[in-house]
Amino acid sequence: MTFWKRFATNRGAVIGLIILIAVIIIAVLAPVIYPGGPWKMVQRPFLVPFTTEGLPLGTDTLGRNVAAGLVHGARVSLLVGLVSTVMALLIGVPLGALAGFYGGYVDEGAMRFTEFFQTIPNFALAIVLVAILQPTLGSITLAIAIVSWPPVARLVRAEVMSLKRREFVEAAHLAGLSNTRILVSEVLPNAVSPIIVMASLMVATAILLESSLSFLGLGDPNIMSWGYMIGAARTVIRSAWWLSFFPGVAILITVLALNLIGEGLNDAFNPHLKKGRT
Amino acid sequence: MSEAILSIDDLTIDLPAGADRPHAVENVSFDLNKGEILCVVGESGSGKSMTANALMGLLPDGVTVGKGRAMFDGVDVLTLSEVRKQAMRGARIGMIFQEPMTALNPLMRIGDQIAEVFAAHDLYSKAERRARALALVKEVGLPDPDKIIRAYPFQLSGGQRQRAMIAMALALEPEILIADEPTTALDVTTQAQILRLIIALRDDRGMAVMFITHDFGVVAEIADRVIVMRYGQIVESGMAQQVLEAPQHGYTRALLDAIPTGRVPELNAIDAAPALEIRHLNKVYRTGGGPFRAAREVKAVNDVSLTIAKGEVVGLVGESGSGKSTLGRAVVRLVTPDSGQVLVGGVDMAALDASELRKQRHRVQMVFQDPYASLNPRHRILRSLSDGPIAKGVPKEQARKRALELLEIVGLGADAATRFPHEFSGGQRQRIGIARALAMDPELIIADEAVSALDVSIQAQVLELLAELRRKMGLSILFITHDLRVAAQVCDRIAVMQHGRLVEVGAVRDVFHAPKEAYTKELLAAVPGAGWTSDKEDITA
Repeated sequence: MTFWKRFATNRGAVIGLIILIAVIIIAVLAPVIYPGGPWKMVQRPFLVPFTTEGLPLGTDTLGRNVAAGLVHGARVSLLVGLVSTVMALLIGVPLGALAGFYGGYVDEGAMRFTEFFQTIPNFALAIVLVAILQPTLGSITLAIAIVSWPPVARLVRAEVMSLKRREFVEAAHLAGLSNTRILVSEVLPNAVSPIIVMASLMVATAILLESSLSFLGLGDPNIMSWGYMIGAARTVIRSAWWLSFFPGVAILITVLALNLIGEGLNDAFNPHLKKGRT
Repeated sequence: MSEAILSIDDLTIDLPAGADRPHAVENVSFDLNKGEILCVVGESGSGKSMTANALMGLLPDGVTVGKGRAMFDGVDVLTLSEVRKQAMRGARIGMIFQEPMTALNPLMRIGDQIAEVFAAHDLYSKAERRARALALVKEVGLPDPDKIIRAYPFQLSGGQRQRAMIAMALALEPEILIADEPTTALDVTTQAQILRLIIALRDDRGMAVMFITHDFGVVAEIADRVIVMRYGQIVESGMAQQVLEAPQHGYTRALLDAIPTGRVPELNAIDAAPALEIRHLNKVYRTGGGPFRAAREVKAVNDVSLTIAKGEVVGLVGESGSGKSTLGRAVVRLVTPDSGQVLVGGVDMAALDASELRKQRHRVQMVFQDPYASLNPRHRILRSLSDGPIAKGVPKEQARKRALELLEIVGLGADAATRFPHEFSGGQRQRIGIARALAMDPELIIADEAVSALDVSIQAQVLELLAELRRKMGLSILFITHDLRVAAQVCDRIAVMQHGRLVEVGAVRDVFHAPKEAYTKELLAAVPGAGWTSDKEDITA
């Protein structure tokens, strides 16, 4: 069975993929759908959803279009999620690979360094970093990447440690290949599947982290994001529930979709773990 | 002939859709008589284990009994309810497995595990259970019964664990014992002890034993009656002697012919120049230890000296833990020895630094044991074969051409080059492994248990290939194996290793016919079916 066929047998994963593709399309087309941008005041404040034509989700405290905010916010959420995950992988994969492959003092050093980051609560560290660096899109992404790479390093280290004892790696040593070459072309390609699965879940966590930061008012003030929308609406949550409800649903659906995809990928990469479930 | 205790009638087991064949077992009928040992023999995938699992109600998900009956004491065990099957398992049909380590609960003392069998069937008081567990441990011949029942599985050796498993299976005095390859994971001497134990228990208790194995040596040792299976069907059955000496079916004959027989080969003319010289090699493994405690030391290789001449095949034989693999890996420098020299073509492999070593690696190559782990699953075969020579400095085109040639030589054909490892069977992968070793133009090849993971008929083909390559190319090979019969077939000389030391080295003929050391004699006597093969091949001549 091919990879895609195996993936497609998990119905949840396919639904997740469809949702994610829809969110991506909406994010990409945001300037076309709402060319005015999310900040423009279009009507009087606190318009209830589904009552006014052209404003399906109503308006917020300043009379801005909630739907436009959601659509533009999708761009920020996805961008931060993706870029920070890529950055985390760029830190975690090489560090974990070196630690696992060379062992000894390299391993000790790399792992103590990793533990240093793991002992500080993720969110607290992210808040401190953003506060120090000034809240901009770049610094938020960087902060999220810095708090989310340690699990990647741990995972890659464990994979590499078990792969390097396999006979084909020993055969490569006997063939006289250099250590770097063995690590890059023999070991790492065989560790890709768990890394991909983890990355898909990390995008989801990154989106949550970004939303939480924005909710606390540590988001980039010039950029509309889902977390910011919820944060700004929390004071009026009893009189205008829709202002925090719709961005919340958007976050929920996107994160759920990513988790479903992650699980589907996991099943597709490790078909033998799925026995007994049809 | 005594009466049948279990009679299987027209049993068919269906595999789920999409498997390589529709039935795991097809129209199988046989009887198991009281007090007899029935051996079910076949290669992997022949359906022999499935038959046993069906009897115990332990079929994997998706696999179901299609039709047929298995009458035991007047009831069809295949149609029993789960509750009644549970009552029957253990109490009336006991089972032992191949891997005693994974079949025992690692967190439970041996005595408790045996007592649990009684508890599961609500028998006896607590004290009585303990007493009975102790009696069983004594009966299966475990040393120090009082200590053993308080030991955890990891504190026992493989053979002792298998004895503990047998004690559990016998706890409720079953009428039938099903043994699924119970000695395959064990050393020859341990295997011989376990086989003797099973025969003795059968004699004492008069139970019927269904013994599943792939090894005709084991069959010769213990079977009263034999069933040979292939692709889920019985191809031959009969009394042991009759099947072994006058096989009717072509497949049985092919299997019997494929067994390494211990026939001693003609001596080959051997060059005087050495391909490998090992001088006083030592390797000690240290585990544990700390500021207040001495480290545990295991002398894996203890002052070993051995010479292999150009064009010679030397067999390195020993049981697990004898240090034979460590010695082989020290020669290729996957393990760095503590002291001593490994001279290959005048270069001391043990003394090279990392970058020098990389340049000299091509001199010694290795064929690995596990055909499934020894090829990178993400590389095409061509790349696996040509990466090494290219790193050594051979031009790319030439390396690729040579790789294709080698694939022809090992009997796979050049079109194998563009495929991935998972498209090949175990035997084919082992051929690729051999081609990969040859691609480096080595002066010496180390074959580390290179055929032990293969079925006998495939094993025979790979051994044939090695013999042919050796004739054509004049290869020098250090052939590491636990199987004396295999060693006898391909080697010129045999080196016997025990506890890290070489106890005996000599020409195959001498070692087999006139062993000097007690340990060698013990090993030879333990080979299953030794008496039978000697009749057949006149090994003692």
